[in-house]
Amino acid sequence: MKAQQKQIGAPMNRVDGHLKVTGAAKYSAEYELPGLAYAVLVGSTITKGRLTSIDAKAAERAPGVLAVITHYNSPKVPGYDTAGKDPSQPATVGGPIKLFNDDKIRFNDQPIAVVVADTLERARYAARLVKAQYAKEAHQTNLEDNKPQAFLPTSAKKNPKSPMADYQRGQADAYKTGAIKIEGEYVIPTEVHHPMELQSITAHWEAPDRLTLYDKTQGTLATRRDFAKEWGLPEANVKVIATFVGGAFGNALHSWPHESAAIIAAKVVNRPVKLMLTREQMFTMVGYRPYTWQKLGMSATPDGKITAITHESIGQTSTYEEFTESTLAQTRMMYASPNLTTRYRLAALDIGSPIWMRGPGEATGAFALESAMDEMAHLLNLDPLEFRLRNYTDTDPEKNRPWSTKFLKECYKLGADRIGWNKRKLKPGSIRDGEWLVGYGMGVGTFGAHRGGAHASAQLRPDGTVLMQCATTDIGPGTGTAMTQIAADTLGIAPEKITFELGHSDYPQAGTQGGSSTVNSVGPAVQQACLALKDKLRELAGAQNPAFASAKKDDVALGDKHLSLSSNTAARVPYADLLKQAGAASVTVEAKPGNEGQQYSMYSFSVHFAEVRVHELTGEVRVSKLVSCADAGTIINEKTAANQMKGGAVGGIGMALMEHARIDDRFGRYVTKDLADYHVPVHADAPNIEVAFVNQPDLKVNALGTKGIGEIATIGVAPAIANAVFNATGKRVRELPITPDKLV
Amino acid sequence: MNQFQYVRATKSQGAIDAVAKDPQAKFIAGGTNLVDLMKRGIMTPQKLVDINRLPLAKIERQDNGLRLGALALNSTVANDALVRQHQPLLALALNAGASPQLRNMATVGGNMLQRTRCSYFYDLTMPCNKREPGTGCGALEGINRMHAIFGASDKCIAVHPSDMSVALVALDATVLVSGSKGDRRIAFADFHRLPGDTPEKDTNLEAGELITAVDIPDGPFTKHVHYQKVRERASYAFALVSTAAALDLDGNTIKAARLAMGGVAHKPWRLTAAEQSLVGQPATEASFRRAAEVAMQGAKAFKHNAYKLKLGPNTIVQALRTAAAA
Ligand SMILES: Cc1cc2nc3c(=O)[nH]c(=O)nc-3n(C[C@H](O)[C@H](O)[C@H](O)COP(=O)(O)OP(=O)(O)OC[C@H]3O[C@@H](n4cnc5c(N)ncnc54)[C@H](O)[C@@H]3O)c2cc1C
Ligand code: SF4
Repeated sequence: MKAQQKQIGAPMNRVDGHLKVTGAAKYSAEYELPGLAYAVLVGSTITKGRLTSIDAKAAERAPGVLAVITHYNSPKVPGYDTAGKDPSQPATVGGPIKLFNDDKIRFNDQPIAVVVADTLERARYAARLVKAQYAKEAHQTNLEDNKPQAFLPTSAKKNPKSPMADYQRGQADAYKTGAIKIEGEYVIPTEVHHPMELQSITAHWEAPDRLTLYDKTQGTLATRRDFAKEWGLPEANVKVIATFVGGAFGNALHSWPHESAAIIAAKVVNRPVKLMLTREQMFTMVGYRPYTWQKLGMSATPDGKITAITHESIGQTSTYEEFTESTLAQTRMMYASPNLTTRYRLAALDIGSPIWMRGPGEATGAFALESAMDEMAHLLNLDPLEFRLRNYTDTDPEKNRPWSTKFLKECYKLGADRIGWNKRKLKPGSIRDGEWLVGYGMGVGTFGAHRGGAHASAQLRPDGTVLMQCATTDIGPGTGTAMTQIAADTLGIAPEKITFELGHSDYPQAGTQGGSSTVNSVGPAVQQACLALKDKLRELAGAQNPAFASAKKDDVALGDKHLSLSSNTAARVPYADLLKQAGAASVTVEAKPGNEGQQYSMYSFSVHFAEVRVHELTGEVRVSKLVSCADAGTIINEKTAANQMKGGAVGGIGMALMEHARIDDRFGRYVTKDLADYHVPVHADAPNIEVAFVNQPDLKVNALGTKGIGEIATIGVAPAIANAVFNATGKRVRELPITPDKLV
Repeated sequence: MNQFQYVRATKSQGAIDAVAKDPQAKFIAGGTNLVDLMKRGIMTPQKLVDINRLPLAKIERQDNGLRLGALALNSTVANDALVRQHQPLLALALNAGASPQLRNMATVGGNMLQRTRCSYFYDLTMPCNKREPGTGCGALEGINRMHAIFGASDKCIAVHPSDMSVALVALDATVLVSGSKGDRRIAFADFHRLPGDTPEKDTNLEAGELITAVDIPDGPFTKHVHYQKVRERASYAFALVSTAAALDLDGNTIKAARLAMGGVAHKPWRLTAAEQSLVGQPATEASFRRAAEVAMQGAKAFKHNAYKLKLGPNTIVQALRTAAAA
């Protein structure tokens, strides 16, 4: 590949693709450390109450068992006394459970013991021998029953400006007095992330005060912070390594009990300990998309101008942590309604804490909003796309300020052409393909183009290759690949000459991978580190050759074996000479956002168009075509970006048609316990998904012009499918998932 | 998983003796169901007798019919030329089940004996009469959207999950078994049981009896057949409801019909009265609808599975329609 070739935008193959498909990539449960022991969790079989005794004798005597740890014999975890008081954890009020700290049971399958043995099989066998007695208390696991007790989140009580606080513009609940109005209740059941890779951790106390964690996490630094605090250690003493993460979807945005368990276990047995959850445990203790009830009312003028919207929601949280998400954010800024009211509430249940799941609250809220848009368009006898265009806004109606960029209209156009929107009929049930009823629907998504500060380092090696490092993680989108492309263009060298290392807490600091913010935040750090490196090289070369000293910054060219100048290729300093004198050439920079975020409303936008077929007799729904178009700013890698969009769309198909974690409230236990009961889409459920990007840079977000893709890939897909089902059948399903029983 | 002993049988008699003498022993074939259940502690045999080396995997012509060895793999049977020629309905039903990987391990005998997928059966902490007689039925007042609408008792409302068995009961198959008391033949319709007061017993197989083969008599059902499986995703899910339909047509007149349903009862549910109602009738939507109504007589729903009262007949109509058009 030629050095001057432009990498940004190119569909470059993943830099770690070969490692992944050959199995050479090492995930957190694949570190075979000397003396490794295996841990298995024992979960509570009641939902609420107290442990009155635990009989671990049989387990302790079982072959190979090194320890059985419960709250009766667990070492004191020093940070428990102060945990949960840290305001720097914006996700939640309250805090994670303090494992093995007391006898209290807060949710079913809460870990009550960890069994450590010399092999996994022995640990698993012994875990079954642990017997517990409980004093049961009445529990609550049903949100519908608990709606009357729903409350305003603490963050909103403390701060009326919080995005979780009640919002109003114009008149409150004005839709109620509108002549043309709709009102509906919408339900999203609990959904579970279920990445392919199970949650796993290998914990190793390298010294009594030095901890190394090979962990499945989306944030090496967040995990380091949490466990340094839990154990009262300086952060420098804790190392978190997550070189590869086998998918997460938000599941690894929080610290969970199994991580605490592995660390405690490793302390007790004084050996490295590996703990991997079972698929069943993935339902109960590592978060989920919370069951959410919503009500949306909307009024409009006969010519299709929205006059008022009221959107309320009640989301599920646990009794020990207040989890909040931006369920109502899209409603406040998407359409130009003069009157708008939102109310966000929580209901605390005796279930483990939720955590953001891809597209998080916005995807939940968009199901109600975008379904309601379709309902209103139907009532007005208007094409739903036309209805959206009539309520399009060129400025942010929530914050009353300009968008940084907004190319949603362009997305509409791209998508409508590709799906063949003109085939859609206004009257539901008008199109047939044999026994299948055919329908078309659309749904819009938006998500903040978030950017945080990030550091990156760049180092030139004597052979002319460049090593870059950053603590960020890659949970699947291809972060390392995108960063390599950015670096290649900035340095003007071939991507093969760049090694981008990530997923290690010792590397230069960067935020957690989540909220579609990684390229927005880390991309500029990489870009600036490369520029800084070039400048540093110029300076070093200047000491040997005055042509460099007087050269312009961007004149420096990195050749195969030597530094030269674009304007003067005869001026050359071999890398060997350059580095011999200086020792090494490396830079670490920090890139921070400016105050653009206060002046502009910065969002990514997407629209999804679905064509579905619904069987007239069996009520089975097949998505026969899906088109997703995004205004996500500059696209760094067309291939991995499209890959992300498609993955997000498949997640949306799951949300629309099948994902549903069910609890039997009598017991407070999930009855869906594996991937045979909890359905996610299989290949046959995914049609050919077409992706198109507007690919217009947003230079207000960063110098690269990126806005983020991860969430908008999912937000809006489920309502697009639900709306298409309505168009096919005339049946409006407001409670997901749309399974055959709801359509026959 | 508990510790267990493993022996590999080389002779049928040895295998039968090993299991007949030891109530804690179990045959293992493909292991795709048994091993899962053992990992979860739902079945805890202390001895596994591996029957995979027994010479019971043949598929052959036999006395105006087909004989499927008990160890013939689901994928082998589904792709077998004789099966596709003589009993295409069976191939369709098999291919609607599980996934290619599982079908490559699963056997004819094991498939018939797979256990229910009732969630309460799978959770050791919940009541279940089938797993632990006398503890009650968790599903009766619980989440029962997957459960039976025919032949249930107040002790158990589970359904049998096998797709293959639905086709076999429709095709009048016979199960050949060998036990310490000798060999016997069991009509497929009598092989699985209704739960009654003893839901712990799925079938009428005696302890230690080995399934050796399944016989399917030749019939006229070589063309107008269909297996309609309704599930919550396009593939790789158990049936909400399924129907195996086979028609013998003379022009547009139905000379003979076979119908059976899956996902509705503790056993594959043969619909004899509905079959009768079709004989002599034209192969039309109206005849199919009538047959579906006959089929649903006596159906009773629980809290979450009332949709099956509508989905059931619709699935029958769809299966008959497609079979007639095949
Ligand atoms: C994820 C998943 C999805 C599935 N989906 C479907 C589906 O959609 N439809 C469907 O029909 N099935 C489905 N199955 C079930 C699958 O078909 C069965 O697991 C399989 O057929 C069992 O066959 P096996 O040979 O592996 O039996 P094994 O697991 O070896 O044995 C099952 C039982 O049969 C007994 N046994 C086996 N052979 C004999 C014999 N010759 N004589 C006496 N006893 C014997 C064993 O002792 C054991 O009790 C699914 C399974 C899984 C895991
Ligand atoms: S339906 Fe049968 S298998 Fe399910 S809980 Fe009841 S007894 Fe057990």
